[in-house]
Amino acid sequence: MREGEEGADQWGRPKKVVFVTVGTTSFDALVRAVDQQEFKQVLLGKGYTHLLIQMGRGTYIPAKSEGEASSLVVDYFTFSSSIADHLRSASLVISHAGSGSIFETLKLRKPLIVVVNEDLMDNHQAELAEELAERKHLYCARPQTLHKTISDMNLESLLPYHPGDATPVAKIINRFLGFPED
Amino acid sequence: MALGIIIGVSVIVSLLLIRLLHILYRSGKPISDKSPKSYSTLVVLGSGGHTAEMINLLLALDQNRFSPRYYIAAATDNMSLQKARSLENSLAEKAGIKVAADAVQYMQIYRSREVGQSYITSVWTTLVALVHALWLMLRVRPQVILCNGPGTCIPLCAIAFLFKIVGIRWSSIFYVESIARVRRLSLSGLILYKLRIADRFFVQWPHLQRIYPRADYVGCLM
Repeated sequence: MREGEEGADQWGRPKKVVFVTVGTTSFDALVRAVDQQEFKQVLLGKGYTHLLIQMGRGTYIPAKSEGEASSLVVDYFTFSSSIADHLRSASLVISHAGSGSIFETLKLRKPLIVVVNEDLMDNHQAELAEELAERKHLYCARPQTLHKTISDMNLESLLPYHPGDATPVAKIINRFLGFPED
Repeated sequence: MALGIIIGVSVIVSLLLIRLLHILYRSGKPISDKSPKSYSTLVVLGSGGHTAEMINLLLALDQNRFSPRYYIAAATDNMSLQKARSLENSLAEKAGIKVAADAVQYMQIYRSREVGQSYITSVWTTLVALVHALWLMLRVRPQVILCNGPGTCIPLCAIAFLFKIVGIRWSSIFYVESIARVRRLSLSGLILYKLRIADRFFVQWPHLQRIYPRADYVGCLM
């Protein structure tokens, strides 16, 4: 898998950003999980330098950090119209299980860990993440297992996702309505 | 007198039943008109992932065949219609034409129940939503309905089916189950499948096609 954008931070370390996104709602359990000191140590150990958190409507505020030597630079925001740019400049994406976020990230060929929100009533979202994890396109975790997923992960083993398209549906609809084949 | 009413009612009920059976027989079978020009099309949009999938489907369809197009989204959802507008703008730009004012329309519909709303107040809001859906459907009377999951498509499709029975308008209803549904159908999908309201029912994962054999497995749209 491709690494993030080239560049280095002020101490000359190659910049490697972990981007966390919760989507349009809130997912405090995830924000809290990535705000743990042990978790940040694991990220540092894996060579990541920055942690950027899109926290949505959540109420848990993570700790910011300027990243004094040998610690992670941590920043957060609530919403942004340029999520795509953040995804593009990330080396690793940790996302909620919404299909929009998942496929946007996979299309950019970024390593992805999907964290399933177990507090949701209708938790069908786990289905998609688990299926794609079985097919080795991403890792699937829960807030409490995220830490272990990152320590154990091997990004080399992830397979690129080839986006599908709607032509089979369009064909059947056209035939049904009596339109000639193109 | 009483006997007359009973006979009258039973005749009407039997006629409606025969009509319903006829509709169910005809539903799901291809349109017999072999040289259609275009069909007025209602596109039901949902939030987030749903809209992205629908836009992929619209990009695969010939816009001249599905015209005019009516986009509909929940009144609380501003994003989806905005996305539909930018899709239409880019389509028009690509074709190098200016879209006629009535060729594309955008509408909003009341939702029967917002997330977290109590069940008691939702009886009233469901009624309001139904009347609103009926009003919109009478105005549009689409020949084709494309939908892929949001709850708002249920009243619209049910009314379209009613229009078929009563003879107001024949329509073809296409339902694409969301890519997020791998092992179980959504409630909307289940209703449209079980009641045979959808003429064609598409699923994006093979497992669902095995459980629901009348569905077409079409692979992933994303």
